[in-house]
Amino acid sequence: MNGFALRWIANWLQGLGQLSLLAKEVAGSIFSRKLSGRDLVYQLYFIGVKSQSVVVITGAFTGMVMAAQTFFQFHRVRIDTATLAVVSVSMASELGPVLTGLMVAGRVGASLAAELGTMRVTEQIDALRTLASHPVDYLVVPRFLATIIALPLLTVESIALGIAAAYALCVNFLGIDAAYTWHNMVKYTDVQSVEMGIIKGFIFGAMIALISCYKGMTCGEGAEGVGRATTDAVVFSSITILISNFFLTLVLNRVLWAI
Amino acid sequence: MIEVRDLYKSFGAQQVLKGVNFHIEKGEAVVIIGRSGGGKSILLKHLIALLQPDAGAVLIDGEDISHKNERQLLQVRQKFGMLFQGAALFDSMTVAENVGFPLRRERKWTVQQISEKVTEALAMVELPGIENRKPSELSGGMRKRVGLARAIVYRPEIILYDEPTTGLDPVVADSIDRLIISIRERFKVTSIAVTHDMRSAGRIAQRILMLYQGKIHFTGTPEEIFKCADPVVHRFVNGISDSREHTF
Repeated sequence: MNGFALRWIANWLQGLGQLSLLAKEVAGSIFSRKLSGRDLVYQLYFIGVKSQSVVVITGAFTGMVMAAQTFFQFHRVRIDTATLAVVSVSMASELGPVLTGLMVAGRVGASLAAELGTMRVTEQIDALRTLASHPVDYLVVPRFLATIIALPLLTVESIALGIAAAYALCVNFLGIDAAYTWHNMVKYTDVQSVEMGIIKGFIFGAMIALISCYKGMTCGEGAEGVGRATTDAVVFSSITILISNFFLTLVLNRVLWAI
Repeated sequence: MIEVRDLYKSFGAQQVLKGVNFHIEKGEAVVIIGRSGGGKSILLKHLIALLQPDAGAVLIDGEDISHKNERQLLQVRQKFGMLFQGAALFDSMTVAENVGFPLRRERKWTVQQISEKVTEALAMVELPGIENRKPSELSGGMRKRVGLARAIVYRPEIILYDEPTTGLDPVVADSIDRLIISIRERFKVTSIAVTHDMRSAGRIAQRILMLYQGKIHFTGTPEEIFKCADPVVHRFVNGISDSREHTF
């Protein structure tokens, strides 16, 4: 192994360690109840409410594309009425949380990293510290809490819109019988699938907030540093979502169906 | 009250502070001078533990703050106010929210009391009636004054000034110097400023420390430094470059 690879691994491990310390600091701050309600509400508005358009479009069009593709295959073997059930299970357990997570990572993750990064390079974070305020209490905790509250709700919204859009497409354009397709969707969609989507949304929210805040607060100097932090926040959040989704699917399937 | 003992700090291969030692008494006005990039701001940030030294100690009222964690430092930092070089105002907030920020975080003042203290602090820095403006609407001098109002609104014991007059025209720089002097006299605070502006240093300092090659090279009153025959001090005070010297 050459020096470059060793340095890359050392930097990666150092980053992981610092991210863990940030997570510990955030947990400590939440339990010590230093949170300002006003800051949380503002972040909920910015992260939750302002992400509506992105989530609505993503959920609805993913549901419709999934329905169309499924219908084209199922129609050959005359199981058209199972189309919505496939869309529903896929949206609830996989597509809803993953696509919502990726869209929020792009919109919110980039914004968090850029905002905190700019505050760092303009010494605003140092100013906070001199004013006897802990940057984690004031900057990270409201954003973290808002993201872990908003993302499960946005995920549910995305799932519901995906299914609703798919239902509308199936019934109005693809000519599938409304009663049968609805019946099959309810029959084959387990509560566990929806629970899995919500749990994933919660975990993805925590990952996006922690990675993006960490990247922003540790960004390099100048405009280049902020730009790199923003890119890193989106890339690392997205990759973490995709990789962890695989392991979460394996673990949650075992856990939820065992209960 | 403030004691710096054998302070060392490096960034990568570059050693910035190489054993800095000095002592500042309560109520004293000290200016640290030195060349640009010579480590003055780095040294100032060690005094409030924004940076941790590689070796050495910073003692505030006998308490070593150089290796405390961020939470332990919250208490210590209540003694400090700091004016940053670019003012470091929170750009998402109005002037009133910026100045009132430290009071809101204390959670012991009513909205009315905060508003009164903000108005009083802004009047003190001669900027009444700009409470609702955003930092982006202010000039450089106004931003520094608002930064100063934010630093004094909670009555700290020690105020640190990082290049308070850099980038300002001579008239505005003079008004900032007058403010620094009036705040020191009114609140009996300890003032520590870093600057390379010798006119400003001469006005606001009771004692001047010169940082040269990572160490304190000279300590004395403004009168003493202007009369000093030491070639390094003489060249700096009179703005004479040394053709043999390419790096500090």
